[in-house]
Amino acid sequence: MSGAVPGRTPRLRTKPWPETWVAAAFVAPAALVILLVVLVPLLRALWMSLFDISLVRPGVEPFVGLRNYIEQLTSGDFWGATGRALFFTVTSTALELSLGLGLALLMDQPLRFRWLLRSIVILPWALPTIVNALMWRWIDNAEYGALNAVLTQTGLLHDYQPWLSNSDLAMWMVVLADVWKMTPFVAILLLAALQSVDRELIQVAMVDGASSRQAFRLILLPLITPVIMIVLILRTMEAFKVFDIVWIMTGGGPANATQTVAIYAYQTAYQGFDFGRGAALGYIIAVVIMALAAIYLRLLGRTGR
Amino acid sequence: MTNHSTRRRSGTRLVALLAIGALAVAACGGSTPSTGGPVTLNALFMKQAAYSEADVKKMSDAFTAANPNITVKAEYVGYDALHDKIVTDQVGGSGSYDIVLMDTPWPAEFVKAGIVTDITDKIPADFKSGVFDSAWTAAAYQGKYYGVPWINDSKFFFFNKKMLADAGITTAPKTWDDVVAAATAIKAKGTVKFPIVASWKQAEAVICDWTQLAGVMGGATFIDDQGKATFNTGGGLAALTFMKKLLDDGLVNPASLGFGEDDVNNTMSAGQAAMALNWTYGYAVMNDPAQSKVSGQVEVVASPGKGSVATSGVNGGMSMAVTKSSKHPDEALKFALWMASQKSQEMDTTLAFPMWKASFEDTAVTKANPAFFAAAKVQFAGLVARPVVPYYTKLSNALQVAIQTALQGKSTPEQALNDVAAKLADLQK
Repeated sequence: MSGAVPGRTPRLRTKPWPETWVAAAFVAPAALVILLVVLVPLLRALWMSLFDISLVRPGVEPFVGLRNYIEQLTSGDFWGATGRALFFTVTSTALELSLGLGLALLMDQPLRFRWLLRSIVILPWALPTIVNALMWRWIDNAEYGALNAVLTQTGLLHDYQPWLSNSDLAMWMVVLADVWKMTPFVAILLLAALQSVDRELIQVAMVDGASSRQAFRLILLPLITPVIMIVLILRTMEAFKVFDIVWIMTGGGPANATQTVAIYAYQTAYQGFDFGRGAALGYIIAVVIMALAAIYLRLLGRTGR
Repeated sequence: MTNHSTRRRSGTRLVALLAIGALAVAACGGSTPSTGGPVTLNALFMKQAAYSEADVKKMSDAFTAANPNITVKAEYVGYDALHDKIVTDQVGGSGSYDIVLMDTPWPAEFVKAGIVTDITDKIPADFKSGVFDSAWTAAAYQGKYYGVPWINDSKFFFFNKKMLADAGITTAPKTWDDVVAAATAIKAKGTVKFPIVASWKQAEAVICDWTQLAGVMGGATFIDDQGKATFNTGGGLAALTFMKKLLDDGLVNPASLGFGEDDVNNTMSAGQAAMALNWTYGYAVMNDPAQSKVSGQVEVVASPGKGSVATSGVNGGMSMAVTKSSKHPDEALKFALWMASQKSQEMDTTLAFPMWKASFEDTAVTKANPAFFAAAKVQFAGLVARPVVPYYTKLSNALQVAIQTALQGKSTPEQALNDVAAKLADLQK
C-alpha cells in the first residue's frame, strides 16, 4: 500500500544492530537480575561449603576443602534423612500419579456434571501449602481431630490413634496430606494430555476388536507417557526437597521420623549455626535432584521419540 | 541534527531523574542515628505463652504516649520460629529488628554470633536489686548482661479438682509419687483414659519438661564445667526413665509426643485429661469459659517434688535484647526498660507474673490470684536452667530426638542419652 517497490526493503539511514545484539539487549536486564539473585548466592554457597563456617565463631573460618561434603556423606544422620526424603518422594509421587491418572480418566468421560467435578477437584491444589499443612495437623490431632472421630464413629477404629505422635505413622500422615493437595495438579496435567489424544485412534482400535483395557494400555497410555514423565520429574524434584508441609505438621518429629534431608539441612545451618556444612548439604541436595532430573529427561527423550 | 540534540537532552533528563531518585531513596533510608527526631523501633515478640499481643500493646502504647517521638512496630511469631527468625534476620544481613526476645538458653549463642549488645553498664541499680535472680539467666552470659529481663515464667502443675475428687483425692499432689497415685486412681475410675497430658513433641517444649523433672530427681546440671556430659546420669536419666514409665503405664496420653503447650491446654480444656504441666498462661486459658469445658475446675500448685526436694521448675524466663544492627540502641534500651519496669509488669498479671520481688509482697497485685502468686513465689526461688552454652540449639535438637526415641521405646533411656553424650564433642565444634 505504501508504494514501496516489491522485493526491495526501504533502506534505513543507519545500519541496524545485528539481530542477536538486539535480542541480547532485551534479555540483559532479566539476565542481570537472575545473575544477582541466583548465580551470586549459588557461587557464594559453593564457596562457603568449602569452609568451616560457624556463626558462633565469627572471624575464624578455616578452609577445609571437601571435608564438609565427606563428613555428610559418611554421616548416619545424613543418610537417615535422605532415606526418609526418598521414602516420602516415592510413596507420595506413586500415589499422586496413580490417583491422578484415575481422576483424569474420570474427568475425561462425558459425565453430566463434569464441569462441577473439575472445579471441585482443583480445590485442594488451590490451597496454600501452609494452610493445607495446618488443616491436616488439626484433622490428625489425636484428641480433637476429625480423622479419629470419623474412624471411631464408623467403627473402623476402636481407640483414638496418635497419628502424628507415633514414629511409625507420622510420615504416612504427611504423605497423605501431600497426596491430598497434589493429586489434583497431576490429574489436571494428565487430563490435558488425554484431551489432546485423537479419539478416532481409540474408535478404530475398538472397531478392530480391542477391549477398552487394551485400548488404554496400548494406545492411550503410550500417547500420554511424555506428560506422565514430565509430571514425574516435577513431583520427584519437589518431593525430594520437601520442607514446608513437614515442618508445619510435625517439625521433623517424633524422634526425627519425618526429618527429611531439607529439614536436616535447615537445622544444620539455621539452628546449628553451621553454615559451611549447611551449604554443603544444599549442594548435595541439588546434585541429587539434578541427577534425578537427568535420568528422567533421558527416559523422556526415549519415550518422546 | 535536531534528532541528535533531542536525544542528548533526554539523556541529561534521565541522569537528573536518576539522581533525584537516588536522593529520595537515601532520604527514605533515614539511617542517621538521630537524637530527638522521630524514631521507629522494630521489635520482635512471641505469640504463645506469657504476655498476649494485647498486653504488649498496652505496655508499649503507654511507652509511646510518654515518648511521642518514638514509634514502636511490634511483630509476633510463634516460639518455635523465634530463634531462627532472629538468626536469619541478623546474620542474613538485613538486621531489621532493634529489639528481640531472647530465651534463657540463647545468650551464649547470640553473644558469640554478635547478635546482641552488651548493656551491663546501662542497667539501673533498682533492676539489679529488685528483679528475681532467676530472671537474669535469660539476660546474662559470662558475667555480663545482654538483655533486660522481661518474662519470668516456669511450668506449674495444673489439675482438674473435680476429676481428682471423683477419684477420692481431695488434696493437691505435692510429689510426683502423689501424681502417679492420683493418675492411677483416675484411670481406674475411668473418668479419662489418660489422666496426664504433656507437651513432649520434638521441640523445646519436651526439653523444658525433662529439665523440670530432672530438677527434683537428682539435679539438672546437664554439662559440667569441663564441658562433659552429665545429662545421661543422675537427674536427666531419672527424669527420662520416669517419663517413659508414665507412658508405659498408660498414665500419660501417648499423643503427648506430638503435643505442644497449646495442645495441652486444649486437651485439659476439653476435659480429656486431669493433670498437666504448663506455663503460667495455662491457668487463664483452662479456666476461660469461652474456650474451656472445665472452667472453674482447674487449679494450680507449685510443681511437685520428689524425695527431699520440695519443688523445682524449669527457668522459662525471657529477656529483651538490643541488637547490634540497631540504629537506635539508646531508644531501644529505653523501650526495653519501660516494658520491664515494675509498673508495666503489674498492668495485667493474668498471663504472666511480674519478675519484681516487691510485686509478690504487694496485696494490691497478688489479689488477682493469691494462691497462684503464693505457688509461684515458692517455685521461682528454686528454678533450674537449661545449659547456657554456645551450641545450645544443636544440643537441644539432639536431646529432643534422644528423648523421643526412648519414649517411643526404640531405645532405652540410658542408651538414648548416652548416644548424645557420645557425640557431644561434635556438637561443641
